[in-house]
Amino acid sequence: MAEIELEAVVENLASATEFVTNQLERIPCSMGTQMQIELAVDEIFTNICMYAYTPGTGKAVISVDTDTPGIVKLTFTDSGIPYNPMEKEDPDTTLSASERKIGGLGIYLVKKSMDEMSYEYKDGHNILTLIKRV
Amino acid sequence: MEIKMDKNGSELTVSLVGRLDTMTSPQLEEELQKELDSIDNLTFDFKDLEYISSAGLRVLLSTQKHMMKKGEMKVINVSDTIMEIFNVTGFSDIMNVSA
Repeated sequence: MAEIELEAVVENLASATEFVTNQLERIPCSMGTQMQIELAVDEIFTNICMYAYTPGTGKAVISVDTDTPGIVKLTFTDSGIPYNPMEKEDPDTTLSASERKIGGLGIYLVKKSMDEMSYEYKDGHNILTLIKRV
Repeated sequence: MEIKMDKNGSELTVSLVGRLDTMTSPQLEEELQKELDSIDNLTFDFKDLEYISSAGLRVLLSTQKHMMKKGEMKVINVSDTIMEIFNVTGFSDIMNVSA
């Protein structure tokens, strides 16, 4: 398992995705799957940057566990305001362009591209776990 | 990300190279805002776009909403991975997108 702690600012987005991508390169993982995982890391890290500590800043910890063959487990931990992204309502993707609201697609993309998602708030931390079968 | 703009009268082609994400989307939005009022035909060429996140989708949808009032917008040369994101989000139903 590998872990990185970053200041939760969007300027660190590339560091976050690169860290995860480097871990994925050690295991068999198709480019398509790698991109789905990268997208999930991007969306979750961006959310933490934008909302967890507003108006201040704080840390985000990302861990990547590839110890079980065929499974990538990502954990995101922050100590910002309690926020369960799984409670966010899915956008209605059947509406017309004029009816559709702008935004709200990040978490939806994560749900769609990962196999499992779980959230807990524990000891002042938001802990979001994503599992992807590779 | 690199943004290449090719304008011909009221037609604009925007070619994107690299990654359209949280960091680069504001840049695209800013460039488009300078041009949108003077065009009625907009093409995004995604041939060299490697990656798109929800931040990029947000710019595409707001641009689509703007363009549908006055003209046309299409996205061409979309890669398989980006097309999958368009399919999942329903964007392929509300926008003119092609591989």
